[in-house]
Amino acid sequence: MNIVVCIKQVPDTAEVRINPETGTLIREGVPSIINPFDMHAIEAGLYIKEKTGGKVTVITMGPPQAETALREAISMGADEGVLLSDRAFAGSDTWATSFTLSKAIAKLRADVIFCGKQAIDGDTAQVGPETAEFLNIPHISYIRKIEEVSQNGIRVQRLMDEGYDVIESALPVLLTVVKELNEPRLPSLKGKMTAKKAVIKKWGQADIMADENDLGLKGSPTQVKNIFSPEARPGRKMLEGTPEEQVDALMQELRGIKCL
Amino acid sequence: MPVKINRDKCTGCEECVASCPVSAIEMKDGKAFINEYCEACMTCLSVCPEGAIIEFDKEAPEDTDIKSYKGVWIFAEQRGGKISSIAYELLGIGRKLADGGGTGLSAVLFGASETEAEELIKWGADKVYLSQDRIFEQFNDEPYSQLLASLIKEHKPETVLAGATPIGRSFIPRVAARLRTGLTADCTSLEIDKETGNLLQIRPAFGGNIMATILCPNNRPQMATVRPRVMKRGQYDEGRKGEIVKAGKEGLFSRTRVLETVKEVSDITVNLQEANIIVSGGRGLGDPKGFSLIQELAELLGGAVGSSRAAVDAGWIPYRHQVGQTGKTVCPTIYFACGISGAVQHLVGMQSSDIIIVINKNPEAPIFNVATYGIVGDLYEIIPLLIKKIKEAKEI
Repeated sequence: MNIVVCIKQVPDTAEVRINPETGTLIREGVPSIINPFDMHAIEAGLYIKEKTGGKVTVITMGPPQAETALREAISMGADEGVLLSDRAFAGSDTWATSFTLSKAIAKLRADVIFCGKQAIDGDTAQVGPETAEFLNIPHISYIRKIEEVSQNGIRVQRLMDEGYDVIESALPVLLTVVKELNEPRLPSLKGKMTAKKAVIKKWGQADIMADENDLGLKGSPTQVKNIFSPEARPGRKMLEGTPEEQVDALMQELRGIKCL
Repeated sequence: MPVKINRDKCTGCEECVASCPVSAIEMKDGKAFINEYCEACMTCLSVCPEGAIIEFDKEAPEDTDIKSYKGVWIFAEQRGGKISSIAYELLGIGRKLADGGGTGLSAVLFGASETEAEELIKWGADKVYLSQDRIFEQFNDEPYSQLLASLIKEHKPETVLAGATPIGRSFIPRVAARLRTGLTADCTSLEIDKETGNLLQIRPAFGGNIMATILCPNNRPQMATVRPRVMKRGQYDEGRKGEIVKAGKEGLFSRTRVLETVKEVSDITVNLQEANIIVSGGRGLGDPKGFSLIQELAELLGGAVGSSRAAVDAGWIPYRHQVGQTGKTVCPTIYFACGISGAVQHLVGMQSSDIIIVINKNPEAPIFNVATYGIVGDLYEIIPLLIKKIKEAKEI
């Protein structure tokens, strides 16, 4: 089974702060991590490889330093890493990112492709399904369990609002995963040694044979007009006094808003 | 894939299969089919005697003129034949955008009855495109995206909105990819730019630390998914008249198949996104048993039980209750945060609630920054008192 896992290096958003004067993000000193959902995608890839045999290739698109993320995935047990890095890819929105990824994945001839359900910096959840469309393969989002997998197909549970669907698909297929799916393993010492020595493939525009009009800023239909800080909640009321008084005050407010 | 087969024209002669240098064409159901190994070398284009192989990029464009796109569309999703509440919220904002731009509002509905379609009209739609193809009885991404993309190509709406729900967020990206247009995820506010007519799509990014305004200036339609429970429903008018247009398409197919739809049975109400009142507990409960108190309060108020990630990680409550960036995003009328400190990851999932009531021992806890009403105190003292007083008020 040829398994490809798409990962993204993201700033650890829990630690991102805004400069209150300029309203811009303070990125300095913010550590980069593998997008947390992608860790579960890597684990899913390794799980399938253990069940059916095969190879796990991790792929990422980003600046040269995103290589670190690929090496971390290899230390967990992935076999190979591909870094899509080219100035022509810069400024990609989800359309251009998915298009670029799909061109690279087509070269890898995957049977199963895993993505995290979304990246924690953009939170769009769009790159997985868009990539599947460009590859002209089916996809299933929000996988919480893999029930069965073989060369003939895969049966999984898809998380929905009020429960889940049991759903099967032919291969090749792209799956986006939620955290419930598994617990990502830690890198082994041997894995870390392998990762250090691993040769990362580096692909640019020429390697994926894509038209520059479909890449980067040029290939992106959406534009960011501006960013701003979310408004703070005005009119906060602290309810003071003894617990009795506090609860009485709250009861009065609840009546006021017709909650009771 | 930049190359596609026009299944109507394909005669199944297999000429192209032999021509492909990378074995990217196979036969499926007697028609040629281009698989994901296609390298877009375009060899097959000249081989096909029927002209049934077409280049993806060249298919759309007689309409590079974006001005020919008119009207606002919303995708009305259903589960089990019943329209989801997000559809009515989309009609609310859709009506506003359509009226503001002096244009019409249409809804697209797959797999539901005409009675349901009429509901959409009463809630503000001028027209409903309805498909009752049996393929839509279950949700599969491929047929949904095939038909919606085809309807959009035919009717050219300027704006298309869908819910940022498990269904909308899964298949709408495929539609945008197919149409080579922009899609903005999980918008919390939508406005029209008076000067350009562009849709200003406002959404949180970086875990809610910032808001971003996104535009799609040169491609149409401009597409967005909209966060549930953020937009207000429009006016319901029993006598409102509109048109129901039967829609369909030959050759819809799905390579995924839903075998079973399972409603998760839980002794606690878990349908967080629909709840008007949510009572959430966090690490401050100190103990899994604390959730019985949370549940008692929730039941009393007719609400649902939520939790912070810390409480889920501690194994006190199942993941399905988790509110926050890695859990559910909720927007109830009233949100109780009990013993939750308010990490950014939690705040982004609940801060657009109308009223937030915070009960926490630590006056410095960041959750107080988003509070409408704040109580500094021991939740094991406050909540039982509150339960008692609510019972008295309700004469239980």
